[in-house]
Amino acid sequence: MQNINQMNWIYEPWPWYISGPMIALIMFLLLMVGKNFGMSANLRTMCTICGAGNKADFFKFDWKAQKWNLIVILGAIIGGFIGSHFLTKDMAVAITPNTINDLNELGFNSAGKFYLPNELFETDFLLNLKSILILAIGGLFVGFGARYSGGCTSGHAISGLSNLQLPSLVAVIGFFIGGLVMIHFLFPLIF
Amino acid sequence: MRTLIYLFIGILFGITMFKSEAASWFRIYEMFKFESFHMYGIIGSALVIGMIMVQAIKRFKIKSIYGETIHFQPKVKRYSRYIFGGIIFGLGWALAGACPGPMFTLVGVGYIPILVVILFSVLGTFLYGILRNKLPH
Repeated sequence: MQNINQMNWIYEPWPWYISGPMIALIMFLLLMVGKNFGMSANLRTMCTICGAGNKADFFKFDWKAQKWNLIVILGAIIGGFIGSHFLTKDMAVAITPNTINDLNELGFNSAGKFYLPNELFETDFLLNLKSILILAIGGLFVGFGARYSGGCTSGHAISGLSNLQLPSLVAVIGFFIGGLVMIHFLFPLIF
Repeated sequence: MRTLIYLFIGILFGITMFKSEAASWFRIYEMFKFESFHMYGIIGSALVIGMIMVQAIKRFKIKSIYGETIHFQPKVKRYSRYIFGGIIFGLGWALAGACPGPMFTLVGVGYIPILVVILFSVLGTFLYGILRNKLPH
C-alpha cells in the first residue's frame, strides 16, 4: 500500500515552480526547432482555411507555413485529455477561501469544487442563453483583442517579454487593465 | 518526424496547461483578484527562465537542431494597437477564463461549451481582419 501512496503525487496539481519552468521549456523546445511560441496565430490560420482570404487581405497568406502550429494545438487537445483522464483524480481547483467567498456571492456555487464553473460550462449549457452569450462575447473579445494587439498570453506575456519587447509589456498591461475592469467592475453587473 | 516533434511539444503544453490549472476559469478570476500567488508564480518563473534562455541563445548564437539561426520577431513599435488590443483581450480573457492555448486543452478535457469560446474567438479574429484598416494601430 505504501507504494501506491507514494505514487499519488502524480495526481496532484502542479505548483507554480514546476508549471512556470515547464512553460519556459516548451518555449525553448519550439525555439530549438526554429519556431516561435504564440497560440493565437492559429485563430488567424483557421480563418484563412475557412476562406477568409476572399474577404480581407489580412487572411491572404500561405497557411501551410503555419501547419506546425495547428499540430501544436492538436497536441494541446491531446495533452488536456491525458492530463485530466490519466494524471488527475480530483478535478477541484483549490482556489483561496477568499476567492471562493467572492464567487459564492456572485452566484458561483461551484467555486472550489470543480475545474471550471458549472454555471458557465455545464453540459446542458445550450438551455442557458446567458451562459452562451457570456462564452460567445468572451471568445469574440479574446480573438479580436489577440489579433489587434498582435499576440496573446503566450506570444506577448511569455515570448515577447522574454525577448524584452516593450510593445509586449504595453500589451500585457492592457491585458491586466481589461481583466481588472471585467472582474472588479463588470462582473457585479453581469452576475 | 517534424510533425511528431510538434505534436509532442503540443502534448507537453496541454498537460502543463491542465496540471498547472492555468486552464481553469477559477485561477484566472483569482489572479485578477490578486488573491493568490499561483498564476503570478507561473508567469513570473516562466518569464525569468525565458529571458535567460533568449539572452543565452542570442549571445552564444545557439542554432536550432536543424542548424538554422534562431530568429526572434521584434514587435512593431507603434503603441495604440497594443494598449487597445490588450484591453479588449483582457476583457475577454477574464470573462471566458481561457486564452488561446488553454481553450484547446479544455476541448481535450471534454468540456463541450468551450467550443462556443473557440468558435467566437475565430469569429473575433475574422472581425479584426475585416475592420483592420479602420482601427488605430
